[in-house]
Amino acid sequence: MDTSSASHPPARPVRPFWSPLVAGVVLGLVLLLTFVWTGHGLGATGATTRLSAWLGAFAAPAVTAANPYLGPMVEGGHPLSSWISWQVLGLALGALASAFWAGRLRVQWDGERSIGRGRRILTALLGGVLAGFGARVAAGCTSGLGLSGAATLSIAAFVFLAVFFVAGLLVTRVIRGV
Amino acid sequence: MLPLNDAGMVSGLVCGALFGWVLESAGFGSPCKLTGQFRLSDWSVLKVMFTAIVVAAAGLLGLQAMGWLAADAVFVPAAMVAAAAVGGLLVGAGFAVGGYCPGTSVVGLFSGRLDAGVFLLGLLIGTFAFAGLYGPAMEALMNAAEVMAGDTLPDAYGIPAWAVVLGMALALAGVFVWGGRFERASRGPVTAAEAVNGAAP
Repeated sequence: MDTSSASHPPARPVRPFWSPLVAGVVLGLVLLLTFVWTGHGLGATGATTRLSAWLGAFAAPAVTAANPYLGPMVEGGHPLSSWISWQVLGLALGALASAFWAGRLRVQWDGERSIGRGRRILTALLGGVLAGFGARVAAGCTSGLGLSGAATLSIAAFVFLAVFFVAGLLVTRVIRGV
Repeated sequence: MLPLNDAGMVSGLVCGALFGWVLESAGFGSPCKLTGQFRLSDWSVLKVMFTAIVVAAAGLLGLQAMGWLAADAVFVPAAMVAAAAVGGLLVGAGFAVGGYCPGTSVVGLFSGRLDAGVFLLGLLIGTFAFAGLYGPAMEALMNAAEVMAGDTLPDAYGIPAWAVVLGMALALAGVFVWGGRFERASRGPVTAAEAVNGAAP
């Protein structure tokens, strides 16, 4: 423990972020590794959708089994039993290790400094609902459809990314979320 | 011949951990840094994503050209144009309002951000809302305007794959030049120290 510095957390020195070029090249190589290893790219909402199915089966089994979208996921075995669940668990552990090692792990309500905690909770919840619904309509999110799809030159990926950026630019003008 | 088509625990954990390590190291656990892209003051999101897409696309093409990777062997999303547009609209709006996309909210939560946990809760609610509304009308919307000729730009429109990758590489150079100008004309990219302290835009 470094006792000479100010008493302010975090104790580990904060390392700078990677430059966008370095991060982009490494991310591209990780994505390429994923393609040649598994035959598909990286994702995120595949796991949250399966988590929803599992929670639904736990809280309301009959309703979930009868649901045309979530039902098929709870029919054949455990809904979380899938490659994407392991990948998102790895995503969480990799981010945790990186943040800890680089002195960037800090428990906080990020965004409360600009809009206050109560409002920040509302914007985070609303944003999550919109993104969760949208990712089901598109059958993928920024990672699974945008990033991974664009690397395969997918038309849907380019449409998704173009509308994603325009929507983000416009909504930012209207609502301050962070 | 690649791909190996491994669907096991180890490949999931390893690829996921590398993904999380890169995203956190790029600063993508910080909602202020992420939304800086839409305020045009921090272009890291476009720079990193676009670079990664060009590197991975060029790598896939190169491996196919050398005969190490089977053609048409990796997963390509179906060209559901209406579904992609509506989904892109909602995920983009959710990103601007909530400060994260689904993958980066996991990075945010595991770098200590409680608001990212609320975003993840919202993701689950949004998924339940979609499942509740799922039916023939939703399927009709999702299947509208599908490109039938093919799922990729080369397959559907006959544009050579190398030309698409070259075009993206040129656009990427433009993103770095133009993004750099916008960054210098504004507050600029959010640093790690600012992000850890909960940066205000």
